[in-house]
Amino acid sequence: MKYKSVFDIIGPIMVGPSSSHTAGAARIGRVARKLFGRMPLRAEIVFYGSFAKTYQGHGSDVATVAGILDFDTSDLRLKNSLVIAEKAGMEVELSTSEVLTEHPNTARIKLSDDEHQIELVGVSIGGGKIEVLEVNGFSFQLGFDTPTLLVLHEDRFGMIAAVAKVLTQHNINVGLMEVSRHTRGSRALMAIETDSTISPEVLEEIRQIPHIFDVSLLAMN
Amino acid sequence: MFRNVAELVELAESQGKKISQVMIEAEMEVSQRSRDAIMQDMYANLDVMEKAVRRGLTEDIRSHSGLTGGDAKKLQTYMETKTFLSGPTLLNAVSMSVAVNEVNAAMGTIVATPTAGACGIVPGTLFAVSDKLQPTREEMVNYLFTAGAIGYCIANNAFISGAAGGCQAEVGSATAMAAAAIVEMAGGTPEESAQAVAIALKNMLGLVCDPVAGLVEVPCVKRNAMGAAIATVAADMAMAGIKSVIPTDEVIDAMYRIGCAMPTTLKETAQGGLAATQTGRMIEAKVFGVRMEK
Repeated sequence: MKYKSVFDIIGPIMVGPSSSHTAGAARIGRVARKLFGRMPLRAEIVFYGSFAKTYQGHGSDVATVAGILDFDTSDLRLKNSLVIAEKAGMEVELSTSEVLTEHPNTARIKLSDDEHQIELVGVSIGGGKIEVLEVNGFSFQLGFDTPTLLVLHEDRFGMIAAVAKVLTQHNINVGLMEVSRHTRGSRALMAIETDSTISPEVLEEIRQIPHIFDVSLLAMN
Repeated sequence: MFRNVAELVELAESQGKKISQVMIEAEMEVSQRSRDAIMQDMYANLDVMEKAVRRGLTEDIRSHSGLTGGDAKKLQTYMETKTFLSGPTLLNAVSMSVAVNEVNAAMGTIVATPTAGACGIVPGTLFAVSDKLQPTREEMVNYLFTAGAIGYCIANNAFISGAAGGCQAEVGSATAMAAAAIVEMAGGTPEESAQAVAIALKNMLGLVCDPVAGLVEVPCVKRNAMGAAIATVAADMAMAGIKSVIPTDEVIDAMYRIGCAMPTTLKETAQGGLAATQTGRMIEAKVFGVRMEK
């Protein structure tokens, strides 16, 4: 079942005009921002398919930037996000691509500052609901509507068990899990949807596991 | 959790509950949240809808492109000054649905029900029918849960976005959702709600998504209007005891198959239908300065 909650159908509360092109775009931008963890200095946005064709009329560009500024879909500042971003010192570069993507509403967002960079591919599947297909080159199919733990680690035996052990000790139930890697033995990214929020202490405990490079938590609500 | 409309009706009737109550309990189970928390979230949606209806009926709304706005007010003036043919509840539903969708096109605040392009129908019918039936605020929130339950079934067995399944999936879904909710608010049974869904959705089958210049305005605002009318009439038909020959879930399945068979030019790409008419192309050139590459 793709849609799990009644609020996927009645909602979100949003600034119009399009749940796919405005609210969905804002949510993709916000997931990128949450993943980056702070205000980026640069945002490179590429629109594909229907996003590329109609973004001006639907405000997909302002919506995506609003998401990167960490605004909600209903935030009235959404309309002025480009000006707000400029004042905040964020450089925005928007382009469109003719490359065919699997879903017509696809956006690729790269956020960076002098120390850090993340890249994400998100699709807007309708009604404001989104899926994240790629994080830093790793493929996924996640909605990010429940807290999602992202663990970047060395691709070797025992890593999943080690992370699962920490979650078990803290009574955190796993709803859905995906592991993606570039090539065998290189780096891998674990994405774990959990039923409850994860405290900073638990995140730190996971961070201490050998062969783990980075741990972040994405929670949209 | 129920998987389709038949299971939803079975759950409701076997437990002697309304569809809205079944939806609330299912949501509590899935989200592990309290009834109170879920109700509060839906009250917040209701408040936003009410503001959008009022704004669309009283303010001079104009969309960014200038293509839409002001039609909801025109209908209200017409109702006040002329002898009109259809009943006041029906015309109010139409006018209020237009009001919300005009606010949406003008980048105002709305609730996606199930999408923004179709956001007028559920609140528009809700407030029009409420004027007649005088429900409590809780009954108004229940209307949204009933609509949501039907939308949930359609979304998981077919689709709710124009890009995926054409306008039948968007305005069509909203119309079916509203029809079921009107029946419940008017005192009909869960089975009558399901019949209203089938009757309403049947009249939306094959509807193409052909936004002019790719915008959620033309023809969407007026399709929200007719969706509200169809929902209201379908609810009355179902409560009169009229049954759909084809069962509700099979109508939803038919909608899914039609959407899959529909060419992409008719699914929100602005490449076919009204978007590809001479005037549609002229508007596109005007809105975007140049004619977009197709």
